[in-house]
Amino acid sequence: MKILTNVGDYVMVILQAFKKPDKGAVFRRQLLIDLRQLGETSIGVVAIISIFFGTIIAIQMAYNIDNPLVPKTSIGFGTRQMIILEFAPTIISLILVGKVGSNIASEIGTMRVTEQIDALKVMGINPANYLILPKITAAMLYNPVLIVFSMGLGLLGGWFSMLLTGLIPTDAYIEGLRSWYDPFTLTYALIKTEVFAFIIASVSGYKGYTVKGGSVEVGKSSTDAVVICTILIVFFDLILTQMFLT
Amino acid sequence: MIEVKNISKSFEGQMVLQDISTTFEKGKTNLIIGQSGSGKTVLKCCIGLLEPDKGEVVFDGNNFSGLKEKNKKKIRQEMGVLFQGGALFDSYTVEENVMFPLNMFTKMTLEEKHNRVNEVLKHVNIINANNKYPSEISGGMIKRVAIARAIALNPKYLFCDEPNSGLDPKTAELIDQLISQLTESFDMTTVINTHDMNSVLQIGEKVAYIHKGELWWEGDKHNILNTDNTELNDFVFATELTRRVKR
Repeated sequence: MKILTNVGDYVMVILQAFKKPDKGAVFRRQLLIDLRQLGETSIGVVAIISIFFGTIIAIQMAYNIDNPLVPKTSIGFGTRQMIILEFAPTIISLILVGKVGSNIASEIGTMRVTEQIDALKVMGINPANYLILPKITAAMLYNPVLIVFSMGLGLLGGWFSMLLTGLIPTDAYIEGLRSWYDPFTLTYALIKTEVFAFIIASVSGYKGYTVKGGSVEVGKSSTDAVVICTILIVFFDLILTQMFLT
Repeated sequence: MIEVKNISKSFEGQMVLQDISTTFEKGKTNLIIGQSGSGKTVLKCCIGLLEPDKGEVVFDGNNFSGLKEKNKKKIRQEMGVLFQGGALFDSYTVEENVMFPLNMFTKMTLEEKHNRVNEVLKHVNIINANNKYPSEISGGMIKRVAIARAIALNPKYLFCDEPNSGLDPKTAELIDQLISQLTESFDMTTVINTHDMNSVLQIGEKVAYIHKGELWWEGDKHNILNTDNTELNDFVFATELTRRVKR
């Protein structure tokens, strides 16, 4: 029953958030701030993780396909498929939950407990719209950029690992990367990314927006946001995979 | 003038306000005193953060409580609110905080907005702090910047929630004087929720005392000390200092 109440509350808050902004110029300014805060500051962590994961995936692929009957190019192919289909859109989104989601929930939650949201409301501003909509928009605009960036770095990491370990010639790895490419895999990955971006920003925004109490509750809402987003991302990953790839 | 008519409010079955009726007069500092929670609830009902279970709040003849959120907007833009902790936006500078309502609700040019910001900051004696963030200024300055933001749009009504809480006595007195001066010079209807008896005695042009959720007493700073109302006396002379003053 509590879940239904929460879902109802979430829908109400998100409907409020999706109303027309009070002032376009203010919305655009807030969007730029959020693009920087949520997107640009995530580049570093995404880059580091993507390179390392790309390296690890390529090595594991080489270890698992260590068979003279399987062509060496399968390592590049397998690495590419794993990075594009699952690692970049899903794992990076899960990492962004920890970074961006907790940031959104704690920022909006702190604004709630310090009466900043009340201050917006008494001024006649729609606080959900002012605070949550730019964050959802920023996440949905920037996350695909981050994910494509992650894909590139992941594949580069794989190439580096082949270069450094010599498990297979880098030419074979690159040939594998270019083999049997289906552009729909990228479309599928980007659809997943958009859905996950919406989940991260909207659920975290909702959790922060509905905080009651003090700093302990803000911390709890931030943790809850991360847990709920993680579960929802995995759940929607399954649904979208079932929808698009079977 | 603000008229509060027969307001009742309960939380989870517990009655916090019961049939409160009073008026807050224009050009005066109107104070609400009483047990923790009751004054804040009246204030929140007035500014529309809480919906009363019963009764209405009327701003110069306009029934605010009965309006839909969309229609409340016009009256909201005539209100300035000073929250207990200031409620300044952490990510904005002092200047951006004061400019915020101007950005949202006016079509002023940037220069006009700058001039207005400097004008209201001067009113509250904030100088050379335009580019500082709320975390870089003192509690007293936060309150003054919050007052500046509240009066930036020339409001008709100013609401203050415990404006002195967390301040040293000297700064608290300055804030009281500032609110009183602004009320007079801008001819606003000011409503203050406070527990500070110094404020009551200094600026209480009208005082409403709420006890057990009911309006128990109304008067001003001159007759509050001589009242024979037992409950009010218990409240006013609750501290050793005020008892000594009375003796």
